[in-house]
Amino acid sequence: MYRLGIDVGGTNTDAVIMAGRSVLAGVKAATTEDVTSGVIEAMEAAISKAAVERSKITHVMIGTTHFTNAVIERKHVNPVAAIRLCLPATACLPPMVDWPEDLRQTVGGHRYLVRGGYEFDGREIAPLDIDELDRIAADISAKELKAAAITSVFSPINAAMETAARDHLMKRCPGLRVVVSSDIGRIGLLERESAAIMNASLLELSGRTVDAFGRALQAAGLSCPFFITQNDGTLMGAEMVREFPVLTFASGPTNSMRGAAFLTGESDAIVVDIGGTTTDIGAIQRGFPRQASTVVDIGGVRTNFRMPDVFSIGLGGGSLVRGTGGATSVGPQSVGYRITKEALVFGGGTLTATDIAVAAGRASIGNPAAVASLSGELVGEALAEIVQMLERGVERSRISPEPIPVIAVGGGSILMPERLGDLRVIRPENFAVANAVGAAIAQVSGEVDRIFSLANGLTRETCLKQAEEEAREKAMRSGAAPATITVIEREDVPLAYLPGNATRIHVKVVGEMDGVHA
Amino acid sequence: MTSFQVMPQDMEAIATGGAFLGTGGGGDPYIGKLMAQSVMAEKGPVTVISPDDVEDDWLCLPVCMMGAPTVMVEKLPNGSEAGSALAQLEAFLGRRADALICIEAGGLNSTIPFAVASATGLPLIDGDGMGRAFPELQMVSFTMHSVSATPMVLADDKGNSSIINAISNRWTERLARCQTVEMGGAALVALYPMSGAEVKRGILRHTLSLIKEIGETISAERNAHRNPAEALIRRLGGKRLFSGRVADIDRRTVGGFARGQALFKGMEADEGKSFRVDFQNEFLICRGDDGAPMAITPDLICALDADGGLPVTTEQLRYGLAVTMIGLPCDEQWRTPAGLDLVGPAYFGYNHEYAPLHSLS
Repeated sequence: MYRLGIDVGGTNTDAVIMAGRSVLAGVKAATTEDVTSGVIEAMEAAISKAAVERSKITHVMIGTTHFTNAVIERKHVNPVAAIRLCLPATACLPPMVDWPEDLRQTVGGHRYLVRGGYEFDGREIAPLDIDELDRIAADISAKELKAAAITSVFSPINAAMETAARDHLMKRCPGLRVVVSSDIGRIGLLERESAAIMNASLLELSGRTVDAFGRALQAAGLSCPFFITQNDGTLMGAEMVREFPVLTFASGPTNSMRGAAFLTGESDAIVVDIGGTTTDIGAIQRGFPRQASTVVDIGGVRTNFRMPDVFSIGLGGGSLVRGTGGATSVGPQSVGYRITKEALVFGGGTLTATDIAVAAGRASIGNPAAVASLSGELVGEALAEIVQMLERGVERSRISPEPIPVIAVGGGSILMPERLGDLRVIRPENFAVANAVGAAIAQVSGEVDRIFSLANGLTRETCLKQAEEEAREKAMRSGAAPATITVIEREDVPLAYLPGNATRIHVKVVGEMDGVHA
Repeated sequence: MTSFQVMPQDMEAIATGGAFLGTGGGGDPYIGKLMAQSVMAEKGPVTVISPDDVEDDWLCLPVCMMGAPTVMVEKLPNGSEAGSALAQLEAFLGRRADALICIEAGGLNSTIPFAVASATGLPLIDGDGMGRAFPELQMVSFTMHSVSATPMVLADDKGNSSIINAISNRWTERLARCQTVEMGGAALVALYPMSGAEVKRGILRHTLSLIKEIGETISAERNAHRNPAEALIRRLGGKRLFSGRVADIDRRTVGGFARGQALFKGMEADEGKSFRVDFQNEFLICRGDDGAPMAITPDLICALDADGGLPVTTEQLRYGLAVTMIGLPCDEQWRTPAGLDLVGPAYFGYNHEYAPLHSLS
């Protein structure tokens, strides 16, 4: 019984084969424009390196930044009809009001406000305006829009109106893909609505991508189910990703941090992922990435996804090193993926952080003779600057004064010294493919976040229990083994400034994928 | 004339500064900021004037949000409520307003008046009635100067509105609070009609320029990769209470308000110590290991995220979050017997005597 973990990054596609807790093989390949050929190359290399029988691979887990990059680069993003069930409320701030202008234009700026929506206590703001939906349906057909996102005020409390509006639109516009916001996000109208609109704009891309992954696996003779990792480091089935691409937005850093924790057996640590251009630093608590407390921007759009608190600094293997004696600077400019041509040790003409590491005897890659003539003073200063940048970043992410370890992963981790201040540095085996390992060990989650009314004799305890039941139910539907499900977040926040009786409950559970015993 | 113009881009700083003086409550000013920016984009900037430049016979009106900010982030306003509340109060009084007032320089209400000022073209007076956020309507300096909160108008998104006349500002709070619930948990209101002379007696001065400056300081310090705490303490004559991580948090609803306490484990210079902060929407009392108060309401207890440097609300507190707590002295008006009656520790049910921030260790 083996698992295949694949991570599709902007530059590299990594693959690992795992059996239980051990990594049998890990390989890196270049990410390709079509995504699929890079995946096939990495996967085939890993399978042959591990020399396992294909029929014994029972699960394939894929992590991808494909959808995040599509939004950031404004590529493959389709126009969407953004429909809000709300009037007469909320008219002061229409959909996409806080988006960057270029992304709003890419998505088309088709905004419709309709009578409907709910109050916080479940009353209707207004009955759903079906006639207006009919007019919108005609407009959608005339503009030949392929996707719509429907957001009702307080749909996390009651999704009925969103569902009714979706069913009505789909009858009027056959073939229209419709996303409802209650499937995607939490309380916070603008953030949830923006996520639903982005999701709708990515549906065509997610369909193509899931198909491509499926074909790649089939071509490799793998017939097992495959899963894709989402923001919190847990899995969703491939069919879910087709419907909800936005839920993968932060999976890259999450996988790298979870993989690093797993490879070292450390559950509390700071993970430093050094790439070619930037270094991502984040903290692991009890095996999971610490979540950011503030809202997270994706391509300039404010969202309320729970994302890992990752801090990026402009330091990587390809960072430019400039100056001499007393004024040496490192980064943030970098030669990036051209490092294998431009760095001195690779026969190029640009002094990079990697050249400094080689000159200092930290690593032996490329041609060390090419950096033999660098002045000792320059090397010393650049090295000190690199260490200081890393130290400052790590201090920011420290979760306690306890001397917890620093785990160095990523292709540029040769820049990391043996110790960082009072913290020891661990370099796990397979450090270069931590992302793919993170994907391979991912768990399944279920989450509930909504406002419960404490009327009719309901107590806080019964509501918490009900929320937990619903979260378990969701996790099991996603494939979690019931016996392994545990609660990892349980929180209730009474609504402020209102006389009693309403509380916002958030419960999250995780469990092992059924049939996987890592 | 010492007036200044507030442009759409200035609303960033005002919202951040307003969140800081929100002392953990008052709601996230984000929605108010967007509302102000979108009105300003159409109707132009807002002129903020000094209270000294207000004529004695002017009619000055505060306009604000009342209810649950948690509702407001989901059910955004229609946009016409505040203007409607203002127009109806003007009609009732038989007179047009000459200037607007911000009732609360902390939280969501620090940004809402800018949207109304831009829409109406009326100047906004540089000051407010709290100098921070407080949970109840009567908790404003104007109450101490015998200004009545009524006649008051509440307006909702559907076009409903009502006028309240009450015998005291406490009664206004009780009657208006029930109506906001029926109106969907949040309403926009116009209240405390007062003359320019009354404004000059009661208002806490220059708090709008202050929150703008606080927001600009936070942004400049963060851009320089420094935590803004030290710069804010220096500028505001405050005191660093502690830095610590949330070790436990307990919330419950009592009498319609979110009450609770957070326990913190000290870090950095406070390594090895523990701290307790009680809150009722806002942070109200901060105590050390021995239970002795370090800061008590109405002095301000403000939280900054120790990592990112942004203000933190009580709703954002969760296990493991690192914060720097800062104490700021409140306005002298709040330290009088009348002020302490309204917003002192006894009103919120604490047994501690009030003592000024800088007299506590």
